Amino acid sequence: MRLEIKDLRVHYGKIEAIKGVSVVVNEGEIVTLIGANGAGKTTILKTISGLRPVSSGSINFDGQDINKIPAHERVDLGISQVPEGRGIFPGMTVLENLEMGKFNRKDRKNEMDEDLDRVYTLFPRLKERASQAGGTLSGGEQQMLAMGRALMARPKVLLLDEPSMGLAPQMIANIFRIITEINKQGVTILLVEQNAQQALQRAHRAYILETGNVTKEAAAADLLNDPAVREAYLGTGAH
Amino acid sequence: MANLTSFNLRDKGAQIWAGWSRPVRTIFVIAVIVLIGLMPFAASWGPTSFLNTPITSFQNVLVYPVGMFIMMALGLNIVVGKSGLLDLGYVAFFAIGAYTQGILSTLYGWNTWEVMPFGIAFAMVAGVILGLPALRLRGDYLAIITLGFGEIVRIVAINLSVTGGANGIPGITNPPSFLGLHFDLMHPETYFWLVFFMILLVIWMVRRFTVRRPGRAWEAIRQDEDVAALMGVNTLVYKLWSFVIGAAVGGAAGVLYASKVAVISPDMFKFDVSILILACVVFGGIGNIWGVALGAALLAYLPERIRFISDARQLVFGLVLIIMMNMRPDGLLPRKKREKITEKGAK
Amino acid sequence: MNFSVITTQFWSLVLQGLALGLIYALVSLGYTMVYGVLRLINFANSEVFMIGTFATLYLEVHVLGYATNSPSLHGAKLIWTLFLVFVGAMIACALIAMLVELVAYRRLRARGANRLASLISAIGVSIALLEGMRIITISRPMTTPRLLDKWSFGQFHGANFRIDTMMAIVVPIIIFVVLDRFVTKSRLGKSIRAVSMSEENSKLMGININRVITLTFCIGGLTTGAAAFIYTTVYENTVFNVGFNMGIAAFTAAVLGGIGNLRGAFYGGIALGMLEQFASAMLGSQWKAVTVFTVLVVVLLFKPNGLFGEAVQQTRT
Repeated sequence: MRLEIKDLRVHYGKIEAIKGVSVVVNEGEIVTLIGANGAGKTTILKTISGLRPVSSGSINFDGQDINKIPAHERVDLGISQVPEGRGIFPGMTVLENLEMGKFNRKDRKNEMDEDLDRVYTLFPRLKERASQAGGTLSGGEQQMLAMGRALMARPKVLLLDEPSMGLAPQMIANIFRIITEINKQGVTILLVEQNAQQALQRAHRAYILETGNVTKEAAAADLLNDPAVREAYLGTGAH
Repeated sequence: MANLTSFNLRDKGAQIWAGWSRPVRTIFVIAVIVLIGLMPFAASWGPTSFLNTPITSFQNVLVYPVGMFIMMALGLNIVVGKSGLLDLGYVAFFAIGAYTQGILSTLYGWNTWEVMPFGIAFAMVAGVILGLPALRLRGDYLAIITLGFGEIVRIVAINLSVTGGANGIPGITNPPSFLGLHFDLMHPETYFWLVFFMILLVIWMVRRFTVRRPGRAWEAIRQDEDVAALMGVNTLVYKLWSFVIGAAVGGAAGVLYASKVAVISPDMFKFDVSILILACVVFGGIGNIWGVALGAALLAYLPERIRFISDARQLVFGLVLIIMMNMRPDGLLPRKKREKITEKGAK
Repeated sequence: MNFSVITTQFWSLVLQGLALGLIYALVSLGYTMVYGVLRLINFANSEVFMIGTFATLYLEVHVLGYATNSPSLHGAKLIWTLFLVFVGAMIACALIAMLVELVAYRRLRARGANRLASLISAIGVSIALLEGMRIITISRPMTTPRLLDKWSFGQFHGANFRIDTMMAIVVPIIIFVVLDRFVTKSRLGKSIRAVSMSEENSKLMGININRVITLTFCIGGLTTGAAAFIYTTVYENTVFNVGFNMGIAAFTAAVLGGIGNLRGAFYGGIALGMLEQFASAMLGSQWKAVTVFTVLVVVLLFKPNGLFGEAVQQTRT
């Protein structure tokens, strides 16, 4: 399994938001895309999951060009996205939200209990709140729910969009710990983050994105020690 | 096909216009005005006689529906196009203007010019009465409230004695002669010039508003009402203004209409008229006065022109709406590109 | 102003209001369901209703061959005939509703066109259907055969429990219960709720949005068809513009209850039916519409999302 994006260009109207980006995610990796607001991180994820149309370039998944496949069918291929701002269904209960994650799985009846178990083990809090409406959860809990829901589809690759956004520091640490855990269970992860410190500590490789272009690609550990990167994305580097 | 659907004639026109010097512009405007002023004679002049309409005489068609529709569409465009409020009951203001003329002229013998300010004022007052509660509501609810208001005005007209009930008001006087122009059955072209003059007045007014504070406030409200409020725009007041100005235009059209047809009755002010006017606005290019005027002219004229297929003309009208909207959802002459709301915002 | 009718005709008005209101409620589903997923007013639904009444007529007269003066049916034959016509009208309306979606909304949606463009194309479809039927029927009102003999279960303080009135109450309630369960419990129903909350997130769940939209129009068509059947059976006639008043009433009911909200449509319909009955009895039927809209404005001023709100579970984030 391998996700390969080649020379991707995406437009919003006449504005080119992504200007020829190439990214590779290998099986079992955690790859992170780092960049400031408006660099195009979210757009790349949305393009991979099919929410945004591609202007040119290719997205290849598992040896198959998925450009022409509509968003709702990409879930079946094994691509799941946890959208920015969680995107849970506020009026559905936690359990219903999780069940929605399996909407299209052929074998959903048989898999359900097993996968619920798996999600509840990762996020015990969700089990306690199973019958509560999604909209009443705290921000951290909603993030857990969104991730759990994506896992219900048994994805091969999980696209995470700013999972730390708006969360308390302790919750952020918790979420990132779980991301590593999920990865260890065999799920490849493409992580988009503004919290570069945490993301680089957890990831294997990283790409730095600036206004629609990849400006740097390296092993995450190297970037963590790169003075320029420290300067730009990790504060003053005074750690 | 792709060219046809994305080609923006309005932008092209604006480009050409910008390239002209002031004298050229003046000559062009005068030429256009003269040409349109000559329209009533087009049907009897050889090369343009194909324009002639089979049942109602072409000159009368130019006054109603064409001229009236253009005027009302321009008025509704202030509401729907400029500030983005969906009004499905615009006919109410038209009716109020018409009944003002009907009542004041038959009961008190006032002439059209004397009634005009009152017709406009009553329509505006009705706009305030309706707008104050309705404009506090979210957009989609405004649609049903205005729709209801349009029906209420008609129902009230049916049930009051002063409005003549279902039979309406007969014997409304034509406007008195003015500058040697006679307004009566024999002179439909003078009516047309009158309506044309009113249309020019409305266009002038709309353009004044658009470039000034209200125009910018409406634009802000249309694009994002919450943000507009945060910027300190008193959204209710400006929405109310656009509503009331739109109502004033409708009222003025009503006064003219009543004094032209001499007999009015409630069934002239049905919901279909509101829908038709709205269709004119959207069909022509919502928010752009030239588009709206063109759309109204076409949609008003077309059913009259194809009257020979009498029974099916409304059916054809419906089909034209479907096809046109599917081909050019922004209308014949869309508003300026920059004024379009970018969907979901570029992120 | 006549207040005494409240005491003398109270139960009769309640019964009639309930029967009328539940017909409104069924039609208002055609607005409310579509509004839930598309955030658009399904303008052509009034004509879907109109088609439903003519489908009922067509099935009874031309398919089953009953003349206008045919004797009423009884027993199993009555039940089977009505059931057949009922299902037929529902299917006809569902097909028309899905066609409306395809013609008026689908392409414009794919292009991300503005809402008013969809509204006008829907109005175009509406005009085309209306005018088409006007031409076919030469503007003539038509009477349907009285297959159901209008016997009464009995009286209660002046309220006449006639069989067709009871049918107009019981059938919609059953439909609402079934639909409510479908939307809250079934997988497809949940997909409708999911799309009404967020289109984008629904796609990420693997939901085919277009299919959900078609399904929504289909359900709206089915319930509108059911209403058309009941209406035609109760009033025994129809005319090409029968949809107009029904459409306005049903849309009002949807807004009154809280548009986009299934239960809101139910209670909104009942509230409107009652309101119309009492207003007609007290003020005279010519002031019915005025009363209704005044009440609607007042309700919306105090409860901007309708009596029952746009249910929390439907709110789009």
